[in-house]
Amino acid sequence: MKQLVAFEINGDPVEVAAPVHHTLLEVLRYGLGLTGSKQGCDKGDCGACTVLVDGQPVLSCLTLAVAARGKQVVTIEGLAKNGRLDPVQDAFDRCGALQCGFCQSGMMISARALLNEHPCPTREQTKLALSGNLCRCTGYTKIFEAVDAAALQEADPKA
Amino acid sequence: MNSPLHRPALHESGHRHANGEALYVDDLPPPRGMLHGLVYVSPVAHGKILRLDVSAARALPGVHAVLTAADIPGHNDIAPVGKDEPLLATDTVHCVGQHVALIVAESLAQARRAQAAIVAEYQPLPAILSLKEAMAAGSYLTQPHLIRRGDVQVALQSSALVLEGEVETGAQDHFYLETQVALVVPEEEGGYRVWSSTQHPSEVQAKVAEIMGLARHQVVVETPRMGGGFGGKETQGAHFAALAALGAGATRRPVKVWLNRDQDMTQTGKRHPFHSKYRCGFDRDGKITGLWVETHSDGGWSLDLSRAILDRCLFHLDNAYYLPNLHFSGRVCRTHQPSNTAFRGFGGPQGVAVIEVILERAALALGLDSAEIRARNYYGPAPRDRTPYDQEVKDCRLDRIHRELLLSADYQNRLAEVAAYNQTSRYQKRGLAFQPVKFGISFTHSMLNQAGALVLIYADGSVQVNHGGTEMGQGLQTKIRAIAAHELGLLVEQVRVMTTATDKVPNTSATAASSGADLNGAAVKLACETLRERLSPVARSLLGIGEAEDLSYQGGTVRGGGRSVSFGELAAVAYARQISLSATGYYRTPDIRYDPAIGRGKPFHYFAYGAAVVEVEVSGLTGEHKVRRVDILHDVGDSLVPTIDVGQIEGGFIQGLGWLTTEELVVDAQGRLLTHSPDTYKIPTAGDAPRDFRVALLTGAPQADVVHGSKAVGEPPLMLAIGVVSALRRAIDAFRPGAEVTLAIPCTPESVLRAITSLETHESGGNTRAIAGSAGIVI
Repeated sequence: MKQLVAFEINGDPVEVAAPVHHTLLEVLRYGLGLTGSKQGCDKGDCGACTVLVDGQPVLSCLTLAVAARGKQVVTIEGLAKNGRLDPVQDAFDRCGALQCGFCQSGMMISARALLNEHPCPTREQTKLALSGNLCRCTGYTKIFEAVDAAALQEADPKA
Repeated sequence: MNSPLHRPALHESGHRHANGEALYVDDLPPPRGMLHGLVYVSPVAHGKILRLDVSAARALPGVHAVLTAADIPGHNDIAPVGKDEPLLATDTVHCVGQHVALIVAESLAQARRAQAAIVAEYQPLPAILSLKEAMAAGSYLTQPHLIRRGDVQVALQSSALVLEGEVETGAQDHFYLETQVALVVPEEEGGYRVWSSTQHPSEVQAKVAEIMGLARHQVVVETPRMGGGFGGKETQGAHFAALAALGAGATRRPVKVWLNRDQDMTQTGKRHPFHSKYRCGFDRDGKITGLWVETHSDGGWSLDLSRAILDRCLFHLDNAYYLPNLHFSGRVCRTHQPSNTAFRGFGGPQGVAVIEVILERAALALGLDSAEIRARNYYGPAPRDRTPYDQEVKDCRLDRIHRELLLSADYQNRLAEVAAYNQTSRYQKRGLAFQPVKFGISFTHSMLNQAGALVLIYADGSVQVNHGGTEMGQGLQTKIRAIAAHELGLLVEQVRVMTTATDKVPNTSATAASSGADLNGAAVKLACETLRERLSPVARSLLGIGEAEDLSYQGGTVRGGGRSVSFGELAAVAYARQISLSATGYYRTPDIRYDPAIGRGKPFHYFAYGAAVVEVEVSGLTGEHKVRRVDILHDVGDSLVPTIDVGQIEGGFIQGLGWLTTEELVVDAQGRLLTHSPDTYKIPTAGDAPRDFRVALLTGAPQADVVHGSKAVGEPPLMLAIGVVSALRRAIDAFRPGAEVTLAIPCTPESVLRAITSLETHESGGNTRAIAGSAGIVI
């Protein structure tokens, strides 16, 4: 059985017919072709599927698509504004915070949510905010550096 | 100047990763009519298949095929080395998770319903579920491999201290964030195009061809990138590509086989568990007099790469130390577990762990600090420059690294600080340890040390680079782009590194053994040199200069005689003058060989070196521990791209930390893996990273005869994490100095707490340790 679900995706209204048991991640990846969000574990442990729903980081593999009805969903594809990377994206690239990149979109979304709440996070706040995003390649060090760099960039865009 | 070599660089795909555009196999737009493949696997560890009835499953809606061994058109074997691994089981299953049938359906949901409708009966057979059971039962996959020198028995008899014991290291799941996946599209002439997440496209090509009964030229394999590999996609990606090809052949439609995390962890092999018995003698100064090791590995149910992995373990039992007398024997055991496979370090970490456990025990027994006992045993000038397999250790950088790292890590002062802390802190103790590594670089199967490249210059001066290596996050493409841009004097933006494909470069080796940049980088360099040789006469004529005058390629411009021409103009003129603008490059590592029959040879082109100082803190109440600080000094020669290499070192260390402290695979009495998802299998998280993590590259240390003086970096740093075990041993020792520490790996909080508790047991039992210096005492 399918249901029509209307929500906003990366600023644009969309209406999809989704089987009621389909997750938001399945609708994003296989319905809308937004493959930036990844399917890493399917049970909310790895964080690779993290998206923003009404500004909050949400594990889209544990969220039914119908639960997104009427909400604003932002994926990694929607983080850049007017063709410019979000400071978080730019910092992850500049700091070499990625290796294989598979965890990266979820990691950046979690970092974006962190900075929305704490524009100048302590290292402990960063570790806590990213503790649900697994990375198998890096030592996390450069990811922390990227979060700090993005915070700095947002505090002083000329820096 | 303008060369991008030896400088920090952004990741070649960094921008695309940042905005979510970088595509992995599962992200590719689905081809029209694509079906989904789901593997039906054995639910029993060992059994005879009495009945396998797929008729009800086949009849379900949306199901296009349910395929068993009988449906394989070619040869039912997926083994990379032996011929002992059917793609789909025939009459017997050998592990839980072994592939038995492939369901092909319109959707995964329909395939799952069909999976439940398969009727199978198994007659249970006795199963060997652990390495120890296999050793007891004499269940083996290989004959023993022996490496010997001198007379260990005699050496031990005259030693001041003899230690004996066992070291066990456990399995480790690769936990690449991108699970195994392949997409196969039927093409004209009965061929297939395969998109595979694999470190070894040529082997996938060969295996798909064999399974489908085709010549290799009928199969093209492309690997866009992997979301991590770590060895787990060296051989075992081929299974899923071959299954997808089987499904595509039967339905003549595109088929994708993608595993979810639980399926991936259940069906694929792990890092080999090893069990080693040792006897090691020391003189009064802590110098090793002789080492006897008998080691066994758990190969799982089939050979896969287990033989070479065992060899590399034996090649690394010496780690950084000269052993005057030695006797090493190793053998691969067969169990009813998924076939264990390559994993970063490839047996090396399991070998290094043995001697490091021995050295830390000896250091505690002899009252030496962790760095000092190691310094006394390093390789040095002749005769202390011969490995157990008789390769000369040339250009040994251990002394220099040791000296520089002790200073930069402030080792001596911190030893005193840790001792002072432990004096006053009752429930928390700290430990400081020193961990060097020497790691042999080359495939030990010498023939594999070859690589090819194909470089194309278009008439506008833009360049495509193809080579046999694959990108799994290690930064190979970033290094390759820097090499090509350097050789042709271009900006990196003018060079595009293409996805790896078997129709561009044939017969390639796996991207493995840390050798991706060494081999493929050298091949790309040679191809670019060929192109420059063809372009230079054209450039000279355009610039109006003769043979004797200098010509420089830099930043997209070719200069000479005070004039310049852009690379694009040069390419256009060369094309107009009918000059070939594509070239291949081919590289093979010179002068390496090994004879396993006598345990002698030169299996490695060179050695990579590094060292770490590790400080940990342990809670005596809970066994919980944290890594307070890690200082690493690593030798990557003249780094091709330093930012990439530092990332490899940090990541390698953390992956080793996970293997040794948090990652534990638990199998139940029926041989079923219980820890098959991140719910229960814990890789390091952001919170597990060392509080203070300092990584530096050894400077001014170019490596002769390797591309641009660089050295391999992928695997060696993983072994630096073994220092965490030594540091934990020291922290545990501080709770009751002098009691023998028995610490099981992985050093989970439970393991550490058991070690602390058994310290007390030891003392209450009146068991005192041997006194260092008493001749021949065994502890």
